[in-house]
Amino acid sequence: MTTSASDGPAITFDSASFRVNGRVLVHDLTLSVNHGETLVLLGRSGSGKTTSLKLINRLLVPSSGEVRVNGKSTTDWDPIRLRRSIGYVIQDGGLFPHFTVARNISLVPQIENWPQEKIGARVRELLTLVGLTPDLGDRYPQQLSGGQRQRVGVARALAADPPILLLDEPFGALDPITRSEMQKEFRDLQRRMKKAVIFVTHDLREALLLADRVALMEDGRLIVNLPVTEFSHSREPLVRAYVEAFSGAEPR
Amino acid sequence: MNFWHFLVANRQQVIDLTLEHIALVGLSILFAVSVGIPLGILITRVPQLSKAVLGGANIIQTIPSLALFGFLLPAPWIGERGGRLAVLALTLYALLPLIRNTYAGIRSVDPAVVEAGRAMGLTDRQLLFQVELPLASGVIVAGVRIATVVSVGLATIAAAIGAGGLGEFIFRGLAMVNNQVILAGAVPAAILALSADVGLGALERRLGTLRLKS
Repeated sequence: MTTSASDGPAITFDSASFRVNGRVLVHDLTLSVNHGETLVLLGRSGSGKTTSLKLINRLLVPSSGEVRVNGKSTTDWDPIRLRRSIGYVIQDGGLFPHFTVARNISLVPQIENWPQEKIGARVRELLTLVGLTPDLGDRYPQQLSGGQRQRVGVARALAADPPILLLDEPFGALDPITRSEMQKEFRDLQRRMKKAVIFVTHDLREALLLADRVALMEDGRLIVNLPVTEFSHSREPLVRAYVEAFSGAEPR
Repeated sequence: MNFWHFLVANRQQVIDLTLEHIALVGLSILFAVSVGIPLGILITRVPQLSKAVLGGANIIQTIPSLALFGFLLPAPWIGERGGRLAVLALTLYALLPLIRNTYAGIRSVDPAVVEAGRAMGLTDRQLLFQVELPLASGVIVAGVRIATVVSVGLATIAAAIGAGGLGEFIFRGLAMVNNQVILAGAVPAAILALSADVGLGALERRLGTLRLKS
């Protein structure tokens, strides 16, 4: 699907809204993400970032408008095929506690019936890629540190080499030093991988470090969508509020 | 020492009735598992049914066992043999813990883990067999354990409708006002219940640590 896709954007929100029980969680969102581009969805809790993310892999279906992946509406995709072409990383990894690290990472290749040798090689390759030693493959998630679990979560999302990667506050639960390390590693990884990435966070600094473009959401609406170099200079009051909130931590 | 004398003197009958007892309980649990676990899974998928199914199983549970045997007596084919009747009644009693624990076990799986599985493109079936059931297995086995232990005790009453089992000794002892005979039924039944409890408890712990391996 990467072949025909390279012309148009990887992900397009076309006036997409999502309502549940009369509450509007996402309102008339129009936005696109190109291949090789990292878009950071920035916003407070409850601003509709996570809901928007779930509209992409059809964990949710828009109430009106549509979301297109590689030019095709998510409702026209077979949901299983769609999801297997999109990597998904959540806070604390969302790893399967009853599977070893290797089994967690190789789940999609397993159900896609890759040959065993190829799976083993892929697991070792991915563990190295995310900065873990291959011997961790035999451990269970509970035996790992938070940072290691998060790395495994990233490795698992990359297993079948999906062209699109969605990350929902992946580093939110980590201590500041580990978080900073993982942000830099992820940035370097993305420079090499060139995937279409949507990264959800409420941390402006993380957004500025990782994004090509930053989209700021509030109350289910898109406020601004700017290249990262222009974002901090925006005169939009909500952007100013963010910039000020994060500059408050200067040394005294 | 009279009790031991009685046991030794009647060892063949003790063994036969014990085997009969195990067969009654084993068959009922087998049927209850093959009905109860799918029903428990069903009501996690169709939550509208959960009230009716759990309520129904609950009501069965409140019927006194002797009365249930009596109610089932006129049933065709089933009512012809005490053994069939007893297996059906024991199966019905065992349903509640199995349905309830399957339902509760699956519902207790971390929603983030289930969502991660769905987002990775697992089908409903793969999600059930690879994620939900393995993670719920400890709770489900706990249900099997409760059902089995209760059934071993209940099955003694089945002798009243001619289903055999260790209840034979108990009822005979009651009629003869002979404690040794009562004990010859009660002690093996208690041993059966205890061993089922210990055995299934060990399995439950193993599955529990599988879930939280550390």
